[in-house]
Amino acid sequence: MELDSITSGVLDVIDDKGFQQQGAYNLRSNGNALCHGDSKHIKIKRKEDKPGIDVFISGDARDEQVHIPVVITVPGLNDVVYNDFYVEDGANVTIVAGCGIHNDGCNQSRHDGIHAFHVGKNATVRYEEKHYGEGSGTGEKILNPVTQIFLEEGALFYLDTAQIGGVDSTHRETQVELKAGAKLQCTERLLTHDAQTAISNILVEMNGDGSSAQIVSRSVAKGSSVQTFHPRAVGNAACHAHIQCDSIIMDQAQVSSIPEINAKHLDAAIIHEAAIGRINNEQLLKLRTFGMTEEEAEAVIIENFLD
Amino acid sequence: MLSVTHLTYEVSEDRVNREIVKDVSFTVGDGEMLVITGPNGGGKSTIAKLLMGLEEAASGTILLDGRDLTPLNVNERAQAGIGFAFQQPPIFKGMTIERLLWLAAGEKLPESVCCKLLSGVGLCAREYLKREVDGTLSGGERKRIEIATVLAKPHKICIFDEPEAGIDLWSFATLVEQFEKIHTEKKESLILISHQERIIRMADRIMVVKDGKVESIGTKEEMLPKLFTDESTQCTCMDEKGGNGCGA
Repeated sequence: MELDSITSGVLDVIDDKGFQQQGAYNLRSNGNALCHGDSKHIKIKRKEDKPGIDVFISGDARDEQVHIPVVITVPGLNDVVYNDFYVEDGANVTIVAGCGIHNDGCNQSRHDGIHAFHVGKNATVRYEEKHYGEGSGTGEKILNPVTQIFLEEGALFYLDTAQIGGVDSTHRETQVELKAGAKLQCTERLLTHDAQTAISNILVEMNGDGSSAQIVSRSVAKGSSVQTFHPRAVGNAACHAHIQCDSIIMDQAQVSSIPEINAKHLDAAIIHEAAIGRINNEQLLKLRTFGMTEEEAEAVIIENFLD
Repeated sequence: MLSVTHLTYEVSEDRVNREIVKDVSFTVGDGEMLVITGPNGGGKSTIAKLLMGLEEAASGTILLDGRDLTPLNVNERAQAGIGFAFQQPPIFKGMTIERLLWLAAGEKLPESVCCKLLSGVGLCAREYLKREVDGTLSGGERKRIEIATVLAKPHKICIFDEPEAGIDLWSFATLVEQFEKIHTEKKESLILISHQERIIRMADRIMVVKDGKVESIGTKEEMLPKLFTDESTQCTCMDEKGGNGCGA
């Protein structure tokens, strides 16, 4: 199916791996499933009772990918979608999601992606989600994702989320439950500018012995934007976790970073660290000795920090 | 040729201006290596920063091949052909060493070139390319990477502020070879700020800076006998441990 240039342009931004209409994929555009395909080990079924899809990933999947991007180009559209992923024991899969809103109008466009991952024993899932907004209109671009992840014994989940700009408002809710030996590696990167707002709440509950979580949050707040982070790691068993929140603050922006660790077991070892600061002047000077202008150096530092 | 004339730098302390660099003048010829030495706190690093534009001179002029660099900022001086290695290089959390080298070179370098740059400063290259320039690197490693960034592209003149600091003996030998190579093969002009005898002996000319002033300047042949036989001068120039060396 031929895609219009705006949709293609947005897809190029939100899907690093390159969206193609082959293998397992589902493109949601302006509230409708525009096109979709299955692969031998990954089957996608449209929900009957509400908007969204169920994605079934076979335990035989090895290093396979499924792409499920969402693009909104109609101003004034409020889109809610429920996507559920069922990953069988031992599967190895990369799920590339992401949402881009192009808004040339004066009414707000909004997408709430509610995703639930049921990950079987010893399966490995890499979930990549990129959020982006663009367009010449005054209408807000709003993204409010809810991500629920349930990890069975020995499962490994890489959660890589990024908001790369243009999103006026976001409220992210992430909840993860880990059974014995399960591992979560979560990287959240977030850029806000102008008067944008971002709230990110992450709750990780380690319920099984030997489970572990690493949560890394990196953000840049420019303009008069406001960010609030509240990652929370709860140790209900012999487990370990590390929360690291680093933010660069610029202009008149505000950042609140509230890592919370909660041990409910004698052998739960949980660490948190948080830092907020302006761009390091020594880094700027070093890059300027390479011949970059101050603005170029600043852009490199931000890009690198969020990369 | 770099020509520095009547360079002065002041800081304000309790509303009183204090001169840190006092009427400093010198030249560095094309392909020449000038080593600036002298006691700690004497103004050597400040002179280097003034040349790069990292500090703003109160007065004086800096000409590079006849072009007046004095009104130019840091990046403009870099574009004019000055390379600079910081005495205490910053860390770049999240940035790989390879990426830093690309930024330094102004282009994406092949892996083989990056490896060559790193091995040239005594680092086992492939182990380092994908490592981050962060706090997991030792001071000596960061210092060597800093030097590699300056070597990543050609310059008219390179300034190295105490390149030997924090570097182990084995790597130091490699580093000295690099400087000799730049000097003899690349024919780039060099300013090295150093307390190390081996580096000082590599110089074409040596300048001793003390109390913000040029105490003496001359050819290696003229200066070495003074530095290494004159007890009073040796005492102030050869110290590597932070003091003036007199108590050693």
